[in-house]
Amino acid sequence: MSLTSHHEARSLSGAAADVTTKAARRRSYLGTLRRQPAVLLALVPALTFFCAFWLLPFTRLVAMGMQPDKNSGMIAYWAVVAQPQYLYSLLWTLLVSIGVSLLAVATAGVAGFFLARNRFRGKAMLVAMLTFPLAFPGVVVGFLVIMLGGRQGALAQFSMLLFGERWMFAYSLAGLFVGYLYFSIPRVITTVMAACEKLDVSLEEAARSLGAGTWRVTRDVIVPALSPALISTGAICFATSMGAFGTAFTLGTRMSVLPLSIYSEFTNYANFTMAAALSVTLGVITWIALSFARRLAGGSLGASA
Amino acid sequence: MSSSIAITLKQCGRTFASGHTALEPIDLRVEAGETLVLLGPSGCGKTTTLRLIGGLETPDPGGRVWFGERDVTALPIEKRDVGMVFQNYALFPNMNVTDNIAYGLRIRRLSAGEVRRRVDEVMEMVGLHDFARRGVDELSGGQKQRVALARAIAVRPKVLLFDEPLSALDAKLRDRLRLEIGTLLRRLGTTAVYVTHDQAEAMALGDRVAVMERGRIAQIGSPREIYHQPHSAFVADFIGSVNRIAIGGTRDGWLEVDGGRLFCPRLHGADHAYCRPEDIEVGDPASAPISGRVVQSFFLGQSQRLLVDTGGDAPLQVEAPARRQWRRGEAIGLSVASDALFHPHHPLTFGQAAAHG
Ligand SMILES: Nc1ncnc2c1ncn2[C@@H]1O[C@H](COP(=O)(O)OP(=O)(O)OP(=O)(O)O)[C@@H](O)[C@H]1O
Ligand SMILES: [Mg+2]
Repeated sequence: MSLTSHHEARSLSGAAADVTTKAARRRSYLGTLRRQPAVLLALVPALTFFCAFWLLPFTRLVAMGMQPDKNSGMIAYWAVVAQPQYLYSLLWTLLVSIGVSLLAVATAGVAGFFLARNRFRGKAMLVAMLTFPLAFPGVVVGFLVIMLGGRQGALAQFSMLLFGERWMFAYSLAGLFVGYLYFSIPRVITTVMAACEKLDVSLEEAARSLGAGTWRVTRDVIVPALSPALISTGAICFATSMGAFGTAFTLGTRMSVLPLSIYSEFTNYANFTMAAALSVTLGVITWIALSFARRLAGGSLGASA
Repeated sequence: MSSSIAITLKQCGRTFASGHTALEPIDLRVEAGETLVLLGPSGCGKTTTLRLIGGLETPDPGGRVWFGERDVTALPIEKRDVGMVFQNYALFPNMNVTDNIAYGLRIRRLSAGEVRRRVDEVMEMVGLHDFARRGVDELSGGQKQRVALARAIAVRPKVLLFDEPLSALDAKLRDRLRLEIGTLLRRLGTTAVYVTHDQAEAMALGDRVAVMERGRIAQIGSPREIYHQPHSAFVADFIGSVNRIAIGGTRDGWLEVDGGRLFCPRLHGADHAYCRPEDIEVGDPASAPISGRVVQSFFLGQSQRLLVDTGGDAPLQVEAPARRQWRRGEAIGLSVASDALFHPHHPLTFGQAAAHG
């Protein structure tokens, strides 16, 4: 049996032709923009908005961070990494956020896959309940954690009854962790469920026909196919946790996470320079995570990457 | 090949949770080494049958599936040792061509050297030797299906299952791959079930063809039997084109039909006679037993298809030599040999089939 292949060669060059026409279409679109000043005129409100509410304040913020910090005298950006209180705040926030994202992706990823694949009574209800926390602001999430693990929380009352001592975790790092996990899980579940809908079942069937059991199918087919969704939803959880303010504020955790540091530099010490430098640092880290997520979700890397 | 096995389905039906019966309980046997084609219109249950054999569906209670002497009804697909080829290729996008083909071999824990040897062997068989390192999204549709085929045969499965593997390809490539698959199946001698809705594919590939209609097997037999001795108007119509000629009356072995008469004592008492367009012969309008007028002609290259009005409800389809040209409205004479006429419910054309009557 021999190979092809005028035919297939032709279909390949057909794909190339397709790319060329796309490029041509894009060119003509730019051409339209250039030829019609009216189109540019229509962009003016958007540009104004962009400059007034984003570009100007952000430029000022960035510039402000270049100034020396009034306590240490260092350039504020440098102080972020050189001054222990800021560096620890940054590192702890990173650590908690990464930990939360990984745990959320692992647990809620499995849950989302299970929910997408199985039908049972009360499923719609369960999904609604699991995704309900999305509707809560951080303050309420913090409040819920206190209800569970605070001084008067369910756990404290329970342990008081059994062992005569109050167990609580709400005000420690664990409380923060639980709170962040709480609002990360629904995001992961919804994303993973949506991604599961798009899985190509015949890939799993092909793998099984070749002898792959559940574990191999999961490892070789499902996880690779879901990985763009898992990575992107993980990155979004990470970004959300990095910037979460309400939960941390409500819990009043001793360890000050980055958003709280910004808040207290700003309001308690009127140290605008430091607040600016911390904000920009937070913004850049979050932005990197989000653009990473967007690239994967947009499928530019695709399942084959 | 001596190692091939027969497949037996006993009373296998499939009703889905929705209450829809995709497959009535059927009995089916695929002989060892045979290629059985499941043919039928969309939604008739071909894929469901194939998936029952593969173990991707379980039959309704009472149904049993046997591979040789072994009852495999309860075995999931990964334990059945079947190779599957899908319409959409189903290649693993995160693996290159070699890794796709080697997948089943690695699961079977063959040594690296053995894996390489077997991969090379099947790549050679399907004509893919130059593509080993390619990613699967760098292949054309035809190449993808070759990889899928190689992946399925690499593990030397007991049974090969194909679900419309060529439907996504263009006509020319389809013809070519169909021939290649046919050659390969004969060479391997593996028992195979092949689903298609393309009758030409069914004829070319099947040792036997099962024509399915609404969850039932309407007829099963060799391509020749199915084509020349259809048991029902549905089968006759689904495979190839067929003319349905109304019989007005019969006398001395002659059937009175629109535009003239046909000699066929066998069909005495029937209300209709059927015949294939290529079995109608074109002759002189003055002497032929049936006369009519050409309504339309379609040039097909190797022949032409004429529509001839003989005064009946529908014009007759006639396959005529390509060279001769007819004008619209031109008179034409037709005749049909006695043994080319058939009726599903009357004794059939060829001797050995009389038992079916
Ligand atoms: N998972 C399912 N749940 C409910 N109904 C189904 C399911 N799978 C198939 N069916 C129905 O069963 C019938 C037979 O389906 P099947 O896929 O076997 O048809 P098919 O002959 O392969 O058709 P096609 O040529 O379109 O692939 C169809 O009416 C289909 O709608
Ligand atoms: Mg089908």
